[in-house]
Amino acid sequence: MHLLDNESATAGSRPAPFAKASSVPGISDPQPPSMDHLDELEAQSIYILREAFARLKKLALLWSLGKDSNVMIWLARKAFFGRVPFPALHVDTGKKFPEMYAFRDRFGKEWDLDLRVEPCPPIDSVDPTLPPAARSAARKTEGLKLALNKYGFDGLIAGIRRDEEATRAKERVFSPRGTEGGWDVRDQPPEFWDQFNASPPPGAHLRIHPILHWTEADIWAYTKREGIPIIPLYLAKDGKRYRSLGDQDITNPVASTASSIDEILDELENTKVPERAGRALDHETEDAFERLRVAGYL
Amino acid sequence: MNMILPTAAISATPNGTTRPQVRIVIVGHVDHGKSTLVGRLLHETGSLPDGKLEMLKAVSARRGMPFEWSFLLDALQTERDQGITIDTTQIRFRTRSRDVVLIDAPGHAEFLRNMITGASQADGAVLIIDALEGVRDQTRRHGYLLHLLGVKQVAVVVNKMDRVEFSAIRFKEISDEISAHLIGLGVKPTAVIPISARDGDGVAERTPRIDWYKGPTVVDALDALEPARPLAELPLRLPVQAIYKFDDRRIVAGRIESGSLKAGDEIVIMPTGKIAKIKTVESWPVTPVDGPQGAGRSVGITLDRELFLERGDIIGHTGQSPRDTRRIRARIFWLHDKPLAKGEQILIRLGTKESRATVVAIEKAIDPGALSNEENSAIARNHVGEIDISLAQPVATDPYTDNPRTGRLVIEVNGRIAGGGLVLSVDAGRPAVPVDIVPVESALRPDERSARYRHNGAVIWLTGLPGSGKSTLARALERRLFGNGGSPILLDGDTLRAGLNGDLGFSPQDRAENIRRLAEVATHLARNGHIAIVAAVSPSAADRAAARRIADSAFREIYIATPAEICEERDPKGHYAKARAGTLQGFTGIGNDYQPPTGNELTIDTSTRSVADATEEIERMLAKTGVLFDELTDLAANI
Repeated sequence: MHLLDNESATAGSRPAPFAKASSVPGISDPQPPSMDHLDELEAQSIYILREAFARLKKLALLWSLGKDSNVMIWLARKAFFGRVPFPALHVDTGKKFPEMYAFRDRFGKEWDLDLRVEPCPPIDSVDPTLPPAARSAARKTEGLKLALNKYGFDGLIAGIRRDEEATRAKERVFSPRGTEGGWDVRDQPPEFWDQFNASPPPGAHLRIHPILHWTEADIWAYTKREGIPIIPLYLAKDGKRYRSLGDQDITNPVASTASSIDEILDELENTKVPERAGRALDHETEDAFERLRVAGYL
Repeated sequence: MNMILPTAAISATPNGTTRPQVRIVIVGHVDHGKSTLVGRLLHETGSLPDGKLEMLKAVSARRGMPFEWSFLLDALQTERDQGITIDTTQIRFRTRSRDVVLIDAPGHAEFLRNMITGASQADGAVLIIDALEGVRDQTRRHGYLLHLLGVKQVAVVVNKMDRVEFSAIRFKEISDEISAHLIGLGVKPTAVIPISARDGDGVAERTPRIDWYKGPTVVDALDALEPARPLAELPLRLPVQAIYKFDDRRIVAGRIESGSLKAGDEIVIMPTGKIAKIKTVESWPVTPVDGPQGAGRSVGITLDRELFLERGDIIGHTGQSPRDTRRIRARIFWLHDKPLAKGEQILIRLGTKESRATVVAIEKAIDPGALSNEENSAIARNHVGEIDISLAQPVATDPYTDNPRTGRLVIEVNGRIAGGGLVLSVDAGRPAVPVDIVPVESALRPDERSARYRHNGAVIWLTGLPGSGKSTLARALERRLFGNGGSPILLDGDTLRAGLNGDLGFSPQDRAENIRRLAEVATHLARNGHIAIVAAVSPSAADRAAARRIADSAFREIYIATPAEICEERDPKGHYAKARAGTLQGFTGIGNDYQPPTGNELTIDTSTRSVADATEEIERMLAKTGVLFDELTDLAANI
């Protein structure tokens, strides 16, 4: 609705949108640089992060200190022109590698993050019917629930990827969670054309997955291109390296000689070993990981 | 398109070669063999992780079941329990020249929303048909949805040929029927392939059992798929996601859906039609960036002037802007349990814009699975139709034939996506009034009134906590302006709630509608030369932004920033006391639900100054911003 026309003497005047000469780029103008695969992934992730920031009231980014969530923080800095405008939440089991804590303390400051470190409850409070490693990981879910209650976040940005594990392949980009943090895989709303379901019911929250469409190789290629710092445990030492970092007692290194990101990328090109092979909790029973996720694990 | 842009995705592999990436979806009727085909394709292209096949064979043996190729996909316990695949899985494999990302869409009618989620992301589709059963309702429905979702490359496979003894005649019957159906929708199949997914015929090679077939195999057909291209050649469309003011820059952020932009371009912001120039293209860690930025990029720009724009606006180049409209005709699919009927109130999302809307008419409601079209007054779940939508506020859009990215919308019901579709046509600039209503313009020109009143029309919007002094100031201002010969009119939020807005409560939706009506009435008065003084708590920044958009440059926002404790102490209407006692629900003032304005024209704290003093300051602001005529300017104009 436009209030003014030319007769009106009110301050300012409305320009005629169609009258002016076109400033559309001509064929002699330089063409925009073409986008490669990483450019496209980045643009899509930035779009998702900005949608989350526009549509939710109280966001936090889950920073697990691993390669994926570091890429995610980098993408958030790109999306918001250098700053991360919401807290970075580290749900700390207290059992991470010393290198991970050193990384957190250094880059939490260097990247000027609003870092919130939240502890996990003792192991006794976790479902005793779960196998040992899964039970240990489920502690993290409990820690997450405590942090959610403490701050009242309505959106949690998480760095999971579809290619990591079969149940994560089922995820939406904006994924609603129940009031207990649970995930109902069978009742997910449709999601298409970058239109996201961003209205969590009262008391519930959303998970937002800005790098769901990335692969492990994409993460490494992007980390290298952008010069994003990594924890040295990912690089091979004495014939072994970590492909995925979790708690010390339930994460094992894989056999590898890859001592640089280029060598990791070469290795991934030729491997058929799954990324989470070193994560004990994935292999205890067929459905352990799914049960964890239904209960709210990442 | 959901996850990945429809672009020529070239994946850079570590050895330096590049391979186009295509995203495909496999659709078709339940039990026609989709999961079996996927399992077989993974095996034939050597894409299975080490040990996966052996593990599943061992699990099958442990359960006393024969191994099925579809087990490969049934990663979830729930799927195995039900015997159907329930959601989109994404799996990758390679053909000779393509990286294929397979979005596994299920065939069960229950899960059409999942098929749509998957297929909306695809560059191409494989439509699978059981040779024994032939074309079924779900086959037709999926074909129709591929058309609505804009998936143009469709390969058809006729599966279970082993069950019809590899009959070329049976194959031709099915091939003719499905080809006619798809071509009728404007989708030409790229291939129709006879296969047995279980045995492998036609998947990666043409076996002797189908020696009568000379066309491509499934792997060949996938290898021939082209990734979707970015819309670089279309006019610029930059839907605004947000405006950031993290530092001294005011950055307009969004993703370029089509065309390209660069610093110095003259742009128009729709639907308001405001014009500006791009000052810089901002980025991080290096900023600003030189040169043009093309379709698919997420960018941030700054403009050469301060003007009001908001999330949902679309930026185009002058001379090639999108249309502004309050009325749209769309072809949609409907996923909600409750049928969509005429008169229904819905929420429309067009790009980053959201607007409440009403379904004005329903045309051609049909079940795309049925052979004959049924006419209906409502669109049932999983059906499609054409509808006319009247929007509560103007939006910028394009017909989908002009721009497939800005010409599509989704419909939300109760905060959940319930349908979506294509913009067929728009009524540019026409307000959403029924055809038999003809607005009558005033007999007086605005300048006739302003010559008498010695002011221009304006909307003076007083916002602040209950008890902050809005009504007191509004009344003082009204008296003052009237005393000077002007024509002020007070619109008090509470007073209007007793009549015009008597049907509205205090939910966020009702509050938004309350503000919209106030703004529309005030704008009508301002357009006719009056000064509308609105006194309303109006706690939501978004609602006030909407009011500013309606009133446009006549809007003057004054924040009555009296401290909360003092407002509560005054409590002129007794509301604070009731709210503290728990007998008044939805009261703004206790708690943090008031969002103070930024970018308002004036801020006044009534706890530190007199009413007369505050009124004078408002008058000064009105004179400075061109609402009240300055005596000197006026004299000069008469010389």
